[in-house]
Amino acid sequence: MEDKRQWPLYEVFIRARGGLDHKHVGSLHAADANMAVDHARDLYTRRQEGVSIWVVPSKAIVASDPTETDSLFEPARDKIYRHPTFYEIPDEVKTL
Amino acid sequence: MSLGSPAADAHTVDAPTVGGHTVDSQSLFRYVLRLGDLSLVLGQRLGEWVGHSPALEEDLGVANVALDLIGQARLLLTYAGEVEGRGRDEDKLAYLREQGAYFNAILAEQPNGDFGQTIVRQVLIDAFQLELFERMTTSLDARLAAIAAKSVKEIRYHLRYSSGWLVRLGDGTEESHDRVQSALELLWPYTVELFAEDDLDRLMADSGIAPRLSEVHDAWILSIEAILSEATLKRPADRPHAWHGKRGQHSEHLGYILAEMQYLQRAYPDARW
Repeated sequence: MEDKRQWPLYEVFIRARGGLDHKHVGSLHAADANMAVDHARDLYTRRQEGVSIWVVPSKAIVASDPTETDSLFEPARDKIYRHPTFYEIPDEVKTL
Repeated sequence: MSLGSPAADAHTVDAPTVGGHTVDSQSLFRYVLRLGDLSLVLGQRLGEWVGHSPALEEDLGVANVALDLIGQARLLLTYAGEVEGRGRDEDKLAYLREQGAYFNAILAEQPNGDFGQTIVRQVLIDAFQLELFERMTTSLDARLAAIAAKSVKEIRYHLRYSSGWLVRLGDGTEESHDRVQSALELLWPYTVELFAEDDLDRLMADSGIAPRLSEVHDAWILSIEAILSEATLKRPADRPHAWHGKRGQHSEHLGYILAEMQYLQRAYPDARW
């Protein structure tokens, strides 16, 4: 049973400018999703940080298990050939 | 303000030099103070919540609205000082005027009460300011039109914030519903003054500087009824009242607000941050 006395937690994602991704900026409490957007606007965009807001109930986020860090992420360490650093980038290509 | 424009210097002494109107500066001064004082006093009232809000998030939410209102007051009082032409700037007007020289409608100075009461006051004034300033963006007074255009964007959010809360509380628990309904009964009579048109309001409307208050009222009541219906609240009956905050006759609350707001400038004249 959900405790109604405590507002649920929301994670906040802000898009700084058109064309950029929404980035996680923090979290806040709100009674509902609309209030979460208002709070996010007041807490995280008061210095013109963004042009778009996403809020997601924190409980909806499924996270990887910290105890599995080794098996999840270590195996990628010796596969440097996956990094695209072996290509010559032509001068004409400006933003890659 | 383009005080130096030759056309204005040539044949006007008393009239403001912006816009296509020739209202005397004393009337315009008083009218601009009505607008500015409403924002200033309400902003100061809201500021009392800082550090006391029901949640940290609301602390910032309320403070943001308060700061917008103070920002509007600064623009309006600065303009009023220029219109008056006696060298008073925004600070002199905000900090060194007596209660009787404040011209806000007295709804703005009513106490915060509980959070619900603050929200009710806010919805009533936000909806009023929104309808008023939306129409003032086409004012013949270019400066007021510009201030209105900037403020409308802020006020639209204020109403979204306050009406969102009113719906949550009104359509919330039995207790929250009863509390905001009582607050509505308490504050509703003061709304009469917002729309009570006197000679000054009429002059401004006739001169194309401000919209007719009857027109603003028609739009306001539609907006308020929609919000109240969503909040499952009952609109109180209209009762005749004669408040005269707009002419400088205030409730006992304004004195306390000014005492707190003006203390520093009066105790340490010309103190700077």
